[in-house]
Amino acid sequence: MPVMNVIQAVNDALRVEMRRDPKVVVLGEDVGAFGGVFRATAGLQQEFGAMRVVDTPLAEGGIIGTAAGMALYGLRPVAEIQFADFIYPAFDQIVNEVAKFRHRSGGQYPCPITIRTPYGGGIKGGHYHSQSPEALFLHTPGLKVVVPSGPYDAKGLLLSAIRDPDPVIFFEPKRVYRAARGEVPEGEYLVPLGKAAVTRAGTQLTLIAWGAMWHEAEQAAKEAEAEGIDVEVLDLRSLQPLDIDAITASVKKTGRAVVVHEAPRTCGFGAELSALIQERCFLSLEAPVARVTGFDTPFPYTLEAEYLPRAPRILQAIRATLSY
Amino acid sequence: MKHARATKPPVRADAGTAREWSPGRFLEEFPLYRVVDEEGRLLEGAELEIGEAELLALYRWMVLGRALDERMVTLQRQGRIGFYIGAIGEEATVFGAVAALQPQDWIFPSYREHGAAFMRGLPLTTFMANLFGNAGDIVQGRQMPCHETWAPGHFVSISSPIATQVTQAVGAAWAARIQGDDMVPIAFFGDGSTSAHDFHTGLNFAAVMKVPVIFACRNNGWAISTPSASQTISETMAQKAIGYGMRGERVDGNDLVAVWTATRRARQRAAAGEGPTLLELVTYRMEGHSTSDDPRAYRPAEVVEPWKRKDPIKRVQKLLTARGLLDEAGDAALRDEVRLQIQVALKEAEAFPPKAPVESLFEDVYAEPGWAQREQLAELKAAMAADPRVANPRHIEG
Ligand SMILES: Cc1ncc(C[n+]2csc(CCOP(=O)(O)OP(=O)(O)O)c2C)c(N)n1
Ligand SMILES: [Mg+2]
Repeated sequence: MPVMNVIQAVNDALRVEMRRDPKVVVLGEDVGAFGGVFRATAGLQQEFGAMRVVDTPLAEGGIIGTAAGMALYGLRPVAEIQFADFIYPAFDQIVNEVAKFRHRSGGQYPCPITIRTPYGGGIKGGHYHSQSPEALFLHTPGLKVVVPSGPYDAKGLLLSAIRDPDPVIFFEPKRVYRAARGEVPEGEYLVPLGKAAVTRAGTQLTLIAWGAMWHEAEQAAKEAEAEGIDVEVLDLRSLQPLDIDAITASVKKTGRAVVVHEAPRTCGFGAELSALIQERCFLSLEAPVARVTGFDTPFPYTLEAEYLPRAPRILQAIRATLSY
Repeated sequence: MKHARATKPPVRADAGTAREWSPGRFLEEFPLYRVVDEEGRLLEGAELEIGEAELLALYRWMVLGRALDERMVTLQRQGRIGFYIGAIGEEATVFGAVAALQPQDWIFPSYREHGAAFMRGLPLTTFMANLFGNAGDIVQGRQMPCHETWAPGHFVSISSPIATQVTQAVGAAWAARIQGDDMVPIAFFGDGSTSAHDFHTGLNFAAVMKVPVIFACRNNGWAISTPSASQTISETMAQKAIGYGMRGERVDGNDLVAVWTATRRARQRAAAGEGPTLLELVTYRMEGHSTSDDPRAYRPAEVVEPWKRKDPIKRVQKLLTARGLLDEAGDAALRDEVRLQIQVALKEAEAFPPKAPVESLFEDVYAEPGWAQREQLAELKAAMAADPRVANPRHIEG
């Protein structure tokens, strides 16, 4: 089986799906002739032509608005937003249009677009190349939100996202774009949306993460193991739909939960997870649900090590939750 | 200036109501304004409105800008700074435009106009501290390199999102007009930025409100890998002004004197209540988009060649030499001086502590930190005390 990094897996998924389905088109800034600033669409325009792999003018609202029109007319557009930090000019199209088309038209006009966008910090990108805005979209009914942590899931989830009947925002963990490598099957396979992965089984505490932070969670769980703490790690993979059964099953078993995310704490998805866990697992809980997150500040440049909720801080939260 | 409107707009019932798009038409309507040719000679009939002393001073600024950009790119390659984005080949657009303004005029930059901040007094050392993101940085390493701020020189804080500064400049112009101030802001942006909604909204608002503002589009031919010909089908950026109801001018952006003169005229008109101007400064991005970009993947080296002959600095150098204002020895001395200036600043900038204290992360989020910021600061400090790896960037790389 070929070994790929996340960028290659994304590229492979796009190629596989474009070969299979002529309705799939790719559009975005610099995605065509150049193949994207991260090279995720490299070679696609050469294979599928400029009609299906479109270099757009520099306007995110334009990218998503036209993708919506294509989807309404029956295509399966995959739009790239160059950095998640630059998705906001398209916010109106995403939140007021794409997310609501199905509902407001009584199902007559579904709008199944996929929006791929690199997100997250740890690459010295400062305020505007580091953000993790998933919660903004999770607060919008009608959108699905998917965040792979590695190459296998990236390909299988992206194929599911493109085929999904609803709009999907596909956040790609750019911090591990090249660092996360693994075996990726050739051809097509689907990782279903809405299924978390238990990547490490354990009995004492449930550690919940996604995307780039899953790697930190795994590292923290490994260090906890060395201290004799048995941690179960859940990689959510898809935040909407959410695998609520996997979460409740795990927390009812362990009685403790720690949630990790890069985004600021206030109204981050950790808040929702914490609420869900206490609503559904209250009688099993031995300690409050802990959140290890980015802080309620813009994402920093120099202090990004301090800002990111990496393994050392996660480990501290694991210990504190265990000794509560 | 009153907009004359025909009392009886013509009406017709045939197909002649439509206007065809005709290629080439606007190139003729918007000829390139140039004062000094590529050999440093004044164009026939042209006059040098700029004073000789100022010209020499601007030459020095351009030499400094170029030398700094080259040095900082090397610094990035050496891993001493994380990122750099400069204006190699585009110097005349920045220094020429800013020199034509008044000191009170606000500058709304994109991310290549560091030279504008220097002209307004930003010390090189302070700029470089921003590149290092260290404790000497005015914003304490919060932003990426090349995202400087310099309020004493009315140089507004740089952000990465494209074109947001365009509407902001219109607002500042409006505010100045309301308060009766003689202040004409300038917004810098690129050719790619003309696709962004803030460009269109900004021009429309400015024309509707008839505010005194200058839009300076550095058309450097590229938006990362996207050539300007794929960004817009318009043959000029200047013509876009007409649709919004304002004056547009296409200027040789590698001709310092033309940029200076056109900007000065635009400022005079704005200050006289004649509204905004869109200046298209035609130039070329000689290097990659930034240090993160390798243009070889999308741009054959040959396309850059013709632009080497149009170098904006050489052009002024020739002009100055022809007028007896600069000789070889003088030029060499000036360049040595500039190199030394950069070297000294670099040494000073690198001497600051590498990080501002963690408090700086939680400050200025609001005028006063809220309980969340206060609690989280305490939490971070406790975490750092318990495990030094929390603050160690080495552990970031997998
Ligand atoms: C809203 C937004 N989308 C995308 C980007 C990524 N990006 C940074 S610079 C750039 C190209 C800008 O081109 P242009 O306006 O011509 O300016 P230049 O870099 O040539 O000076 C792009 C697409 C961004 N910064 N902001
Ligand atoms: Mg450009």
